[in-house]
Amino acid sequence: MSDKLYPIAVEVNGVQRTAQVPARLTLVDWLRDELRLTGTHVGCEHGICGACSVMLDGEPVRSCLMFAFQADGHRVTTVEGLAQADGAMSILQDSFCQTHALQCGYCTPGMLIAAQGLLNSNPRPTELQIREAIGGNLCRCTGYQQIVDAVRQAAERLSAEVK
Amino acid sequence: MKAAPFEYVRAGSIEEACEVLQREGDAVKVIAGGQSLIPMMAMRLVRPGLLLDINEIAALKFITMDPDAVRIGACTRQSVAERDEGLASRMPLLRQALAWVGHVQTRNRGTVGGSLVHADPCAEIPLVAQILGARMVLRSTAAARTVQADAFFSGPMMTVTEPNECLEQVQWPVWGERRTGSAFTEISNRHGDFAMVSAAAQLALGDDGRCVRAAFGLGGVGQTPLAFPQLAQRLVGTRLEDEVVRSVAHDAAAESEPGSDLFATVPYRRQLASVLATRVIGAAHEQARSKG
Amino acid sequence: MTMAQVASGFRYIGTKRRTKEDPRFVTGRGRYAADIALPGMKHVALVASSHPSARIVSINTRAALAVPGVLYVLTGEEFCAGTDSLYIGVDAPKVTRYALARGIVRYAGEWVAAVVADTRAIAEDAAELVEVEYESLAYVIDPEVSLAAGAHLVHEAHGSNILYHRKFVWGPVEEAFAKADHQLAFRATWGRSSTVPIETFGVAAQWDAGVGLLDIWASIQMPKFPDQTARALRLPGNAVRVHFDVDVGGSYGLKRGIKHTVLVGYLAMKLGVPVRLIEDRLENMRGGDMHGPDRFFDMQVAFDRDGTIHGLKIRAVDDVGAYAGRSPLQLGKPVGAICGPYQIPAIEYEPTSVMTNKTPQEAVRGFGQSPTNFALERAMDRVARHLGMDRIELRRKNMIRKDQFPYLIPSGSSYDSGDYHTVLDKALAAIDYPALVRMRDEARRAGTLAGIGISTCLEPSGGNTSFEMLFNPKNETTTWMDSCLVRIDLSGSITGLMSTSSSGQGHETLVATVVGEILERDPANIRVIHSDSLNALPSNSPVGSRMAIMLGGAAAGAARKIKDRLIDIAAHNFECSPQDLEYHDGNVNVKGVASKALTWDQLVEIAHRKYHKMPAGMEPGLQAKFVWEVPTGGGIPTPDGRVQMYPCYAFETHIVYVEIDPDTGKPSIKKYLCGHDCGVMINPDIVHGMTYGGIAHGIGATLYEKFAYTEDGQLASGTFMDYLIPSAMEVPEIGIVDHCTPSPLTTFGQKGSGEAGYLGAPAAIANAINDALDPLGASIDTLPISHLALWETITAAQKKQA
Repeated sequence: MSDKLYPIAVEVNGVQRTAQVPARLTLVDWLRDELRLTGTHVGCEHGICGACSVMLDGEPVRSCLMFAFQADGHRVTTVEGLAQADGAMSILQDSFCQTHALQCGYCTPGMLIAAQGLLNSNPRPTELQIREAIGGNLCRCTGYQQIVDAVRQAAERLSAEVK
Repeated sequence: MKAAPFEYVRAGSIEEACEVLQREGDAVKVIAGGQSLIPMMAMRLVRPGLLLDINEIAALKFITMDPDAVRIGACTRQSVAERDEGLASRMPLLRQALAWVGHVQTRNRGTVGGSLVHADPCAEIPLVAQILGARMVLRSTAAARTVQADAFFSGPMMTVTEPNECLEQVQWPVWGERRTGSAFTEISNRHGDFAMVSAAAQLALGDDGRCVRAAFGLGGVGQTPLAFPQLAQRLVGTRLEDEVVRSVAHDAAAESEPGSDLFATVPYRRQLASVLATRVIGAAHEQARSKG
Repeated sequence: MTMAQVASGFRYIGTKRRTKEDPRFVTGRGRYAADIALPGMKHVALVASSHPSARIVSINTRAALAVPGVLYVLTGEEFCAGTDSLYIGVDAPKVTRYALARGIVRYAGEWVAAVVADTRAIAEDAAELVEVEYESLAYVIDPEVSLAAGAHLVHEAHGSNILYHRKFVWGPVEEAFAKADHQLAFRATWGRSSTVPIETFGVAAQWDAGVGLLDIWASIQMPKFPDQTARALRLPGNAVRVHFDVDVGGSYGLKRGIKHTVLVGYLAMKLGVPVRLIEDRLENMRGGDMHGPDRFFDMQVAFDRDGTIHGLKIRAVDDVGAYAGRSPLQLGKPVGAICGPYQIPAIEYEPTSVMTNKTPQEAVRGFGQSPTNFALERAMDRVARHLGMDRIELRRKNMIRKDQFPYLIPSGSSYDSGDYHTVLDKALAAIDYPALVRMRDEARRAGTLAGIGISTCLEPSGGNTSFEMLFNPKNETTTWMDSCLVRIDLSGSITGLMSTSSSGQGHETLVATVVGEILERDPANIRVIHSDSLNALPSNSPVGSRMAIMLGGAAAGAARKIKDRLIDIAAHNFECSPQDLEYHDGNVNVKGVASKALTWDQLVEIAHRKYHKMPAGMEPGLQAKFVWEVPTGGGIPTPDGRVQMYPCYAFETHIVYVEIDPDTGKPSIKKYLCGHDCGVMINPDIVHGMTYGGIAHGIGATLYEKFAYTEDGQLASGTFMDYLIPSAMEVPEIGIVDHCTPSPLTTFGQKGSGEAGYLGAPAAIANAINDALDPLGASIDTLPISHLALWETITAAQKKQA
């Protein structure tokens, strides 16, 4: 059976993208293989590791557990879209560098999305809240410690900015 | 792990959805949040010929406060329900349960209705529905019918939803008693994993501190989430003394029919059932008491 | 090599510095195997056996080939005839191994056919249509059954299920046991787990028929990968070019996808198109051949009533699964630290590597040291319990003292340096050990099961992998080298070239920091690139915690040559001797005469453009390579199996406090402190990061992770739903306290630390759990310790006590 194609229009990192996609093409595969936004990663394809996390309408979701057609009419933000308007790293991304919150970098885009999602709704998270927010993102390199440090630091820097 | 090929249709309204279901019958599978369905499709354990996407039906996304119930549209995202302040005050047990559902990403996409229709015996939302007697409204092209939770869940991952029906909304009865307390807990390997055993309880106390109403249940120890209305009645009129609670919890565990898997044996599940039921009734009691 | 300096004497080394790697990863600009798109690339999906042991009667590919978009379906018959067996680390030539089974399958999940199609999805569609007819055969799942007479033979031609067995006796073992006041014996079991990186293995290959070259991009961490690939494909070594600049999404020893690569290389050559295989998670867990040690230890300890340990007898049996590869050697590496940090003069070590019909193993972080440390530390705690002696005092008494280094252990390795007692003291102080004991005792009074666990363990580092020859005398390999090339270009900017891949260890930062330190130039401006295998200098890859030592040493060596050359150029131009000159920040001046100076830029210009100002005979440009052998390398094992193994020994002590809910068996790690001494840390954030990660990995191996098999040989935990990797909710906050005992053998005094944390965590956590169970008179010596296992142990003990 040759895959039938369906039209979609998705805003990805602020840019409207249109495409014709097979029904079974997942959102993560569309982002990576068709749009060449390879920053989002595939780790398990069954919704556990979180490496595929992206923002859908501003909230972290697993893009391996969505078909591309389901994103039609919605906004997607990937790690490539986290930078500031002038292209500089976001405070959170910079904090990740400051505390060395990554090693191989494979889980990192998903972590950033999960952490940014937390900071968007909770500017003063406790350590437990940080760990819960990234509880769906598995990392094998860091033991999470320096990631938690990064999120805490980013929260402090962001609230200092607001002042 | 790419799904087997399928065709796709997106419904704009519940009527449209029902028309597709009526027409396609067994060949169609409804997709809402997809958090349970898509992994199964990725592993090719499930291979629908047609996927009916109901995520864009705005009319299925609502949380409405009625005088004695909260009505939640089937496609309401779990995270939206979790953050809803009205729900928190009138249906605290549901919010408590939602905190245990997977992770943030799961709840941002998963729906209240989807979890109910998926009917995993160890899942959180079905357990709360079972013990509170939630009512499921099922729509088809011909009609709508309301099914109470204890008749809705018919087996592991099975409900009485007909192939031509779609869950439209869920009505959660609200308790009017002032001193109502609730609690939810579960034991799983890791935070966010499927529960080995889960437990939920809701109680109301009279002004004299005696229990005037009680409901509790266990997940993961039967073919469906289990409520124990008769055992709960034994709590009514008492002061929920330790021995009373423990005895009720123990009997509930004895009545349950747990299975065995990689992580938990039958005796272990029974132990967890007894322990968690005790704890959750105790915690609900504490909360009710605090509403002095 | 010069003597080490203390960390405070450095400008860049040992300071907090951002890494060079982090920026590209946080912006999503990493370049992993799955990110590489080659024009016209095709995709592979595998057909796997559902039987643990069966004869392949027939394979019908007709329906699969008829699927539109399918190019080819490869079976074992063709593939095994067209390639050579993969390398086997032990002397077992009949235990051949190929990516695809031929005639017989030996484990559930073994790959039987490979489908090549336009997309991965189509390849999977077609894979489902490949019809394989099997005839079920007998199989063996339990290693002890496999060792027994009459067991089903996994490889009939080998004649036995034993891949390797030897009994080493170092020192007067029987005498020690005869004379000691006490003996005890017990079994410690390490469950089958692995590193399971979040990125699966992936490889893309492209054959250029015009020049006869096979290009390979892979998520690889493997010594001799290009050579073994070429050999299996029957190509000369210079017909394979592996691109080491592919970012690897975590490996920790494991990513040795040699079978995947030979398979994809063969297909690329045969089909004339680029071909890619990215394992999906199901393929990876079951058929990727990346399981880890699956080992039990029968331990016997001989000791006196005052706690002095006189001898050890260690019988270690490891179930490597259905094929050999390199995994049997994971019983050999621990020989280099077989007595841990203790003075134990007599040791008998009897390793057996046995096959069963399970997924094969691959190299896991520590290469067998963590399971061995677990067994040793359980032994120490049991000895302490037997004597009613404090577990810390017992360790203090037996640990090698700092005045005893270099310390030669009975199996032939010399430990370079250490101050174990100080690190232990620092750790105990940092966690406030007396307060911790009070906390535990209070929790116990309140009815909780609470325990403190200690481990004192070694991390051998430097990767002098002499266990290769120890376990297989026919394999006369004693070269474990690494290298670095440093060049300064015409504009004066510095580039370092490393000859292997990286998987998160921060090698680019390592090289830049070291080169910057020597040349006194800012590491932020030093670019470090990865060569490919055709322009690489010799490297044995990042394994065995060796890169800080070996790549760091090579980078320093190359930088020193450059520095010397700059000084020589200045000496020539000032007509004086190098001793009359000072070098500061890349500029050179005559001592005491600031006006007689040549700046960095001027020196660079001379080297590149002003031949008339160069010393006679000096080569133009500014580039230097440094290739060197591991310190203490080159040795050959003695007849009784003694040989120097790794050169440098880092030390770690873990102190863990756990509480267990007695009613549910649920454990909770409440406090965690690691005292760590890996000599001079080149980048502390990198070292700490890997230590936290190693501890998290250790928590997984101790409490959560297991490749569980059913009685009928099926992998029961083949997805992430059942193979439980700890999340941020399972890993507690961890404290690390550092100490520095430099190594006398390395450039800056650094020791390796890539395996830190993982080597000592399981031992400490297991000891903490056992301390918690102690009041019940119960113990658990089998990992992983699941909630269920804990509850069953607690319940049984409570019944017994009642």
